[in-house]
Amino acid sequence: MNAFTFSRAASIADALRGASTGATFLAGGTTLVDLMKLDVEAPANVIDINRLPLAEIARTSDGGMRIGALARNSDVAHHPDVVRDYPVLSEALLSGASVQLRNMASTGGNLLQRTRCVYFRDTASACNKRSLGSGCAAIGGFNRNLAILGTSEHCIASNPSDQNVALAALEATVQIVGASGERSVSIADFYLLPGDTPQRETVVNPGELVTSVTLPPPAAGAKSTYLKLRDRASYEFALASAAVVATVKAGTIERVRIAMGGIGTRPWRSVDAEAALEGKPATAQQFASAAEIVLRDAKPQSQNGFKVELARRCLVHALTMAT
Amino acid sequence: MSTGTADVAFTVNGKAAKLAVDPRATLLDTLRETLGLTGTKKGCDHGQCGACTVHVNGRRVNSCLSFAAMHDGDEITTIEGLGTPDALHPVQAAFVEHDGYQCGYCTPGQIMSAAALLSEPCGPSNEDVAEYMSGNICRCGAYQNIVAAIQDVRGRKSS
Repeated sequence: MNAFTFSRAASIADALRGASTGATFLAGGTTLVDLMKLDVEAPANVIDINRLPLAEIARTSDGGMRIGALARNSDVAHHPDVVRDYPVLSEALLSGASVQLRNMASTGGNLLQRTRCVYFRDTASACNKRSLGSGCAAIGGFNRNLAILGTSEHCIASNPSDQNVALAALEATVQIVGASGERSVSIADFYLLPGDTPQRETVVNPGELVTSVTLPPPAAGAKSTYLKLRDRASYEFALASAAVVATVKAGTIERVRIAMGGIGTRPWRSVDAEAALEGKPATAQQFASAAEIVLRDAKPQSQNGFKVELARRCLVHALTMAT
Repeated sequence: MSTGTADVAFTVNGKAAKLAVDPRATLLDTLRETLGLTGTKKGCDHGQCGACTVHVNGRRVNSCLSFAAMHDGDEITTIEGLGTPDALHPVQAAFVEHDGYQCGYCTPGQIMSAAALLSEPCGPSNEDVAEYMSGNICRCGAYQNIVAAIQDVRGRKSS
């Protein structure tokens, strides 16, 4: 591992000041320390932000919730208000990683979680995300766990998070602070498609700090589910997952939110599939049509063609469970 | 470029430690190499196997994915602080009773996870225990006896 300077931020202002001269923030460490050991990340300066007062999980005045960026995945997943009002988020978090990792991993860190593409994690391989212009060894390589939606000729890396899929279905907002002040970004606008700039994954600029995630008030009378399909029963990343939040009245889908994981280069919300379902009867036929809409632009790679059918069935099953 | 050291003070198994560490030193390597507490094991060194599990402020974590410098003021418990040969922790005694190991390399991590599980919101069934223990890999495959040991301590039948 490359040498680096280590400092502890005493305040948010202190952290931003340190970052203004080029530094990487360190929270739970479950992604960053791992990638530093692999030399995928080699920051010269590391600022430990774990003592900043950003771990609070609280109701907001509008009946929603604010989750501090340093709230640990375990604490969010088991928070009674989250369990009661946003069970899809609790289920998604508990389906990810292990208890030890969830005790460490932070909400903000999970938002910025990096891909598990094996070529991104191996500095001897070509990877445009890690080293722009070096190529993409995953195209035509080992890609069974990679994306079929939102890819480009430069990158097919999948976003590995479960949390972020639930946050997309819940229409969360991310609060970011930087030298020029605070801003809020809808989760729908937070992640960037790889295009020809796969090294840039989110709208967070260097030197900016994610401070919290807010959730709108829970949809009245909604049911939800998070369904995750993977190679082993626990402690594994999704091959396909679906977060569904649905309100059904007298057999008709009044409101539905759909996001999928494991198949996209970012957490994959499908507004088109939602629009196709709203006002329609909650039937298997409608669910199948919605799944067709999500997958209609799927671009399978050499090893992950199975994900098209897997994702289709995943969503149909999740819609069945949540309606 | 000289990047110096980082000062850190924490307690390990109730004893205060004040160190000037290389910022790159993980909590795992610091426990083993600097403090001589070799009960905590290095398996994958990437948070995938659980052999390095310790408790920080009462919660189990992977010590391989944490820099020692991040733990200023923390209370750390390792397998050496859980019980002694004369006074085993109930989980340690249960692992002996149920033969919850074969080669033993993963065992300190398994026991630290199992001890933490006792105060976590884990459901009653064997499947619930397996899920809560999935962050600890046992390549010998002693899982059945590990679950039996944990269920015994929890006062539940394992089948």
